Amino acid sequence: MPAVISTAGLARTFRTKAGPVDAVRCVDLTVHEGEILGFLGPNGAGKTTTLRMLTTLLKPTGGAATVAGCDLATDPAGVRRASGYVAQSGGADPQITVREELVTQGRLYRLPKAEAVARAAELAEELDLTSLLDRKTGALSGGQRRRLDIAMALTHRPKVLFLDEPTTGLDPAGRADLWTLVRRLRDEHGTTVFLTTHYLDEADALADRLVIVDRGTVAAEGTPNALRLRHAGSLDATLQDTFLAITGRGPAAPAGPAPVAV
Amino acid sequence: MLLHDTALVYGRYLRQSLRSRFALLFGVLTPLLYLLFFGPLLTELPLGGQGSSWQVLVPGLLLQLGLFGALFAGFAVIIEKGQGVVERMRVTPVSRLALLLGRVLRDATVFVFQAVLLVLAALVMGLRAPLAGVLIGFAFVALLTLSLASVSYALGMKVRTPQEFGPLINMVSMPSMLLSGLMLPMTLAPAWLDVLSHFVPFRYLVDAVRDAYVGHYTTPHMLYGTLVALASTALSVTLGTRVFRTTGA
Ligand SMILES: Nc1ncnc2c1ncn2[C@@H]1O[C@H](COP(=O)(O)OP(=O)(O)OP(=O)(O)O)[C@@H](O)[C@H]1O
Ligand SMILES: [Mg+2]
Repeated sequence: MPAVISTAGLARTFRTKAGPVDAVRCVDLTVHEGEILGFLGPNGAGKTTTLRMLTTLLKPTGGAATVAGCDLATDPAGVRRASGYVAQSGGADPQITVREELVTQGRLYRLPKAEAVARAAELAEELDLTSLLDRKTGALSGGQRRRLDIAMALTHRPKVLFLDEPTTGLDPAGRADLWTLVRRLRDEHGTTVFLTTHYLDEADALADRLVIVDRGTVAAEGTPNALRLRHAGSLDATLQDTFLAITGRGPAAPAGPAPVAV
Repeated sequence: MLLHDTALVYGRYLRQSLRSRFALLFGVLTPLLYLLFFGPLLTELPLGGQGSSWQVLVPGLLLQLGLFGALFAGFAVIIEKGQGVVERMRVTPVSRLALLLGRVLRDATVFVFQAVLLVLAALVMGLRAPLAGVLIGFAFVALLTLSLASVSYALGMKVRTPQEFGPLINMVSMPSMLLSGLMLPMTLAPAWLDVLSHFVPFRYLVDAVRDAYVGHYTTPHMLYGTLVALASTALSVTLGTRVFRTTGA
């Protein structure tokens, strides 16, 4: 399978008044076409920063990356055309209606007027926003707003979709819907999905493969089961224990509650 | 593409302005109060220029409108950054220059509209000025807005909080207002103040519009005012574009 995203030594240091902050030190990863990648890590591990670099919002201070065959540094426009991004904190203007936001998004992706209007209706249908089209986005519930953010990111049917904690704040039904949507995008359109989450059950259920970052570097990667075996010693281990074993946080000892095999 | 994107961004923000009609009119309030309660004080005073006191005051009020309004435009960007709107737009292929131009052109539209309202009110109060001069005045308001709003947006992209932004803007706006002879012509000032005010670019615009309002279109004031306005617009838009191109907000 060809790689859709590949990074080499990707790094970002923020300069702040209190001194430099190495948010991302060195991230090497590969994501294959049509893969759903779970990008996990404790708070402050550098997930959002990595996503912002991969979506051209932030210039890396080190390393290189390509997204959908376009180099981040030399062809940011190509990267933007190929990818959709849902930010951790969303991106809708509370004073504007759902309809206007969706149409504007289409126009920002250079769809002609009529097509943008049609696409907005289609997306609203797909994400169950049709009855909310004329409501201001500020008057949506958290879950509804999340669906709008996702609809906006899907406007141009991107090859790669970056989702930063897409299900935070969603109710169980909303999360299940989102999982279904993500799987459908992959199955029907071959979309590659790069998502972060703090819900390990979500990572387990949804992701083909996990990359776990800690303090700005990749601490482990593999399928959920491979990680369980390697880091918690057993396929029966919870992903939670595996995660804690990898990041060395929390009370769990490296072995976790399950007895170490052999 | 630039044209398409600029029109799109312009439309979005113009609709935003039209939605808050109250804010649209509120902007004229301060200069209007000056016009109503300060203007009449000047009618009998020897201000040293040609024409009536209204021809001295109104150009100043017009530029004051642009000065304060446009300098604070960047606040909107800080708020939009917090809402994630800025990043959401910046991940799309939309032209970065258009993100700036659409906004500043909207501001120019709004302030010229407010300037028209102000001049209409001034006509009622007793202003008489040649039409060409009045139109030139609007052109200066537009250029001033383009220039200051660009700087303001660039600053808004750079700072994190409104608390950082406000004081910086006040540091520029108050001295600019006082040192440019916005309310009363600097020709009334003692020599040292007059000299000092020549270092404030804003002064040249005020002098130019005052000349325009008395029908003098080919004076050195007009020449310098035009040059300063065009140069600072070019400079500011260039600076703004650079910031909008590169900033990972
Ligand atoms: N603009 C910035 N300026 C300075 N430091 C920053 C900036 N953005 C992020 N950081 C720091 O970089 C580190 C990584 O932040 P990042 O947002 O990437 O973490 P994260 O993995 O997404 O965390 P979370 O799970 O809490 O969302 C943190 O220590 C954060 O404080
Ligand atoms: Mg984050």
